[in-house]
Amino acid sequence: MNLESLYQEIILNHYRNPNGKVSVVDAGKSVHHVNPNCGDEITLTVEFVDGKAHIEFVNTGCSISQASASVMYDLCEGQNSSKIMEIEDGFLELMQSRGQGIADDDLLGDAVAFVGVSQFPARIKCALLPYMALKDAVTRQTEGGTNE
Amino acid sequence: MLLDLDRIKSDFPILQQKVHGNRDLVYLDSAATSQKPNQVIDAISDFYRTSNGGIHRGSHALAERATSLFEKSRFNIASFIGAQANEIIFTKNATESINLVAYAFSNATSKHRNGHSLEELEKRFVVGSEDEILLTEMEHHANLIPWQELSLKTGVKLRFIPITDDGYLDLSDLENLINAKTKIVSFVHQSNILGTVNPVSEIVKRAKNVGALTLLDGCQSVPHMPVDVVDLDIDFLAFSGHKMLGPNGVGALYAKAELLDQLSVFITGGSMIEVVYLENSTYAKGPARFEAGTQSAADVVGLSAAVDYLRSVGMDSVHAHGQTLTSVALDELNKLKGVQIVGPNSMRERGSAISFTVEGIHPHDVGQFLDADGVAVRVGHHCAWPVCRRMSVPATTRASFYIYNEVADINQMVESIQKAQKFFGV
Repeated sequence: MNLESLYQEIILNHYRNPNGKVSVVDAGKSVHHVNPNCGDEITLTVEFVDGKAHIEFVNTGCSISQASASVMYDLCEGQNSSKIMEIEDGFLELMQSRGQGIADDDLLGDAVAFVGVSQFPARIKCALLPYMALKDAVTRQTEGGTNE
Repeated sequence: MLLDLDRIKSDFPILQQKVHGNRDLVYLDSAATSQKPNQVIDAISDFYRTSNGGIHRGSHALAERATSLFEKSRFNIASFIGAQANEIIFTKNATESINLVAYAFSNATSKHRNGHSLEELEKRFVVGSEDEILLTEMEHHANLIPWQELSLKTGVKLRFIPITDDGYLDLSDLENLINAKTKIVSFVHQSNILGTVNPVSEIVKRAKNVGALTLLDGCQSVPHMPVDVVDLDIDFLAFSGHKMLGPNGVGALYAKAELLDQLSVFITGGSMIEVVYLENSTYAKGPARFEAGTQSAADVVGLSAAVDYLRSVGMDSVHAHGQTLTSVALDELNKLKGVQIVGPNSMRERGSAISFTVEGIHPHDVGQFLDADGVAVRVGHHCAWPVCRRMSVPATTRASFYIYNEVADINQMVESIQKAQKFFGV
């Protein structure tokens, strides 16, 4: 079993020094997602200023879910909502690729390191947790009419 | 070691395999589900090969043989916990067993509200907002959610015996917690996450003083230590077959005979009736009252074979072996820097499920490293989320032992934990 493909250096670096993580978020505006099988949690807010996203989150969880949130932040911070949705779709496709990756590597940047995770079915939900939270938050913003 | 481990291990074919290519399987997850010996697997397949027939119906040879095996199994499983055969109800699992009792409360309450007359003992199950049900903070979700639902339906108040920082029940306020309003005290015998073995007699004694019923969740105790319902003097005992070498899909509820016959029914339909009319019906007495529909007879027979197997080893020996392994594991884990036991960190009143955290490594990552070396443990909140919250951990890694484990398994686990620590640089 190749643990190096799961725990790539880039993932460990993001786990140790996460970006976008804050100590507290505005509970009134946030979305809260959990992985009920393991108890991993993320509370996330997204705000669009001039169409550009500002993301903050508080989370607990394993190295994969923590690193995934950090990489997601790097990819999506400052992007508009349609670009974020494109990244969301790309990452979901990557997670469903069973280790084969996706055609458009440019879209996902550091997140391509998670291709190894897609070979560990039990860990896919860890990597997806922050993306599900962000998608939910962006959708609420968009539907709420406060976006852009 | 007291047990003939070579012989025991040879009875469990699943343990002979390699995983992830070439790693010996080290199975340390028996608290989630135990493995099954050949004797159990054979009993189930033999039933289908030679004895399958509709139990409690039909008058042909196979129907009679199947019925006889089913009822002999009930007798055997009952005697294993010191009960009479007519005090054992077969269920799908312990979760269903506990739901059966929780529904006895909500159904009796509904019938009472609709003006139906109730049996004398059934009246003890009518609850409202003035009444209380006492649980503990240590419960598995299976002994929590059914009562939360009951509370939503009836307004009954839930109260909880707290946990101390070292993982024991805090009984200092027991006189107040168990009072004249308490209808039932439902609590776990051995915690599935902390390993704590709770003081049943002290709690039962207090419950009896105020006339409260008692339900014991024996999922983690019945497989691992001698349990006698008469000695414990409890009203109900729930346990699961698959954690005690038996098959999935069969569990049991022990209920004192006089209660069982008057309890409001739960799942209804065929086989649980006395006389049926279009508008109303009367119900059977005894366990049949709660065994509607075709029962999983082969699995009941399989559970009986599991009981035979445990008896042949001897429950005192099963318990002693678990204690030895737990003691070794606690010693070894405590030697590791950064490893923290969650729950009792000594052999005082504890069983063979050990939860721990490794500083700087999330339990999922610990579990991943252990799995890569063939070591199967459970990670997460172990269906006891409030316990994690109480102990201030998001999740734990849990190792649990059974009769087929040995000290070498613990050594492998420790080695793999150290490997993870090295990898993550903690």
